[in-house]
Amino acid sequence: MKNDFRARNHPAYWAFIAHRASGLLLALFLPFHFWALGQALHGAEALDGFLRWTEYPLVKFAETGLVLLLAAHMTGGVRLLMLEFLAWRDWQQNLLAIAAGASLVAGLAFALNVI
Amino acid sequence: MSTLRVSVWRGAESGEFRIYEVPRLESQTVLDVVTYIQRSLDQTLSYRFACRVGMCGSCAMTVNGKARWTCRTHVAGVAEDDQIEIAPLANLPVIKDLVADMSRFFDKWAQAKGRFQGTRTRADDFARVLPDSPQREAVDAAIECIGCGVCYSACDVVTWNPEYLGPAALNRAWTLVNDVRDTARAARLAAVAGDAGCHACHTHMSCTERCPKNLAPTASIAGLKRAVAAAALKGEI
Amino acid sequence: MMNIRTQVLLWTAQRASAAVLALCVLVHLITIIYAVKNGLTAAEVLGRTRGNPGWAAFYALFVAAVAVHAPIGLRTILSEMLGWRGAALDLLVLAVGIALALWGWRAVWGVFV
Repeated sequence: MKNDFRARNHPAYWAFIAHRASGLLLALFLPFHFWALGQALHGAEALDGFLRWTEYPLVKFAETGLVLLLAAHMTGGVRLLMLEFLAWRDWQQNLLAIAAGASLVAGLAFALNVI
Repeated sequence: MSTLRVSVWRGAESGEFRIYEVPRLESQTVLDVVTYIQRSLDQTLSYRFACRVGMCGSCAMTVNGKARWTCRTHVAGVAEDDQIEIAPLANLPVIKDLVADMSRFFDKWAQAKGRFQGTRTRADDFARVLPDSPQREAVDAAIECIGCGVCYSACDVVTWNPEYLGPAALNRAWTLVNDVRDTARAARLAAVAGDAGCHACHTHMSCTERCPKNLAPTASIAGLKRAVAAAALKGEI
Repeated sequence: MMNIRTQVLLWTAQRASAAVLALCVLVHLITIIYAVKNGLTAAEVLGRTRGNPGWAAFYALFVAAVAVHAPIGLRTILSEMLGWRGAALDLLVLAVGIALALWGWRAVWGVFV
């Protein structure tokens, strides 16, 4: 017998999904990020050639998404570190809400600055 | 009087859900429903139960997708549109219908060294364990496990990683790691460490969510992670 | 292939690098949000970063932490979602880690030196 979404439909599980998905997507993004920055080795023009893409609204949208992924993975990770390394207490139940809130703040701040 | 439409797993690993119409009664539990089906509708239905009063854990099954004790699950609490779905526990081989094979569950308990080991004899004085010591409080928070298998059934890491010892075995190991009378600490920490042990837990917390005794195996497993890391850094593992 | 002690040390390295990354990411997010104000040009970015040993060291550490953290995470995902086990998996993620470190430090060199 296999479990389905009915068994998984609770907050700590959603937090796991968010953490794993964001980690995987960030890991796939990184090589591209390092390549793009490495363009600086070929001079400022090479980097500028790439940075011009960041003017496009679709790219700004994607960047905002990436910032959200990074903030979510980081805040979710800090939540896990606290659950694993600190003694178990009731207030830890709220860590998830705090983490989610903090990552949304980061995403919003970025979006507002980039629009 | 209304009727409940009950979908019950029949067969073994391969099989099908069969529908039964059961009279709906006040304060009816899911175990009442299964019992009615077996006694009045289909005597070939196989299921497990013992105490019927929420003490033994034998009646654990999957109800509407979630692992629970059927004797402690009111139909009124889970039925939607007068329908419920009953299946055997997940993550365990199905023997027949609603009966799952618990062997692997208990084998892993033994693998995690979930068994007390001491050196005192009747000639020695009693061990002194202060009830409000941090270690005993850690034990007390986790000791009420009766091995019903609900947490093991709920855990996705058990599904994805067949070697994973699972929440119950690890929870029991944690109570023994904190038992000051036990003498097998180092061996037990080695037994619960690694890819098949406590380190495979991703804090999904499905175990804690579903435990009918309101235990938190996630907390016990976090404790094991800390104890194992400390032992490894000291060279004991 | 991998013994228990090594598995425990991998988990510990994963958590230790996570703690380092929590700080690095916090700084990185703040600097990104500041840097994107008024658009991004190479001159602006490189004007701030070139010849800056403090930031170079910070980002070199950031890269090192990522090169430890990401492969160990990938190892878990591949073994749980695809059922991979054994030396082949371990060597693959090790290669990913080395690649990330080299590409990352190359980028740090390009931007900060």
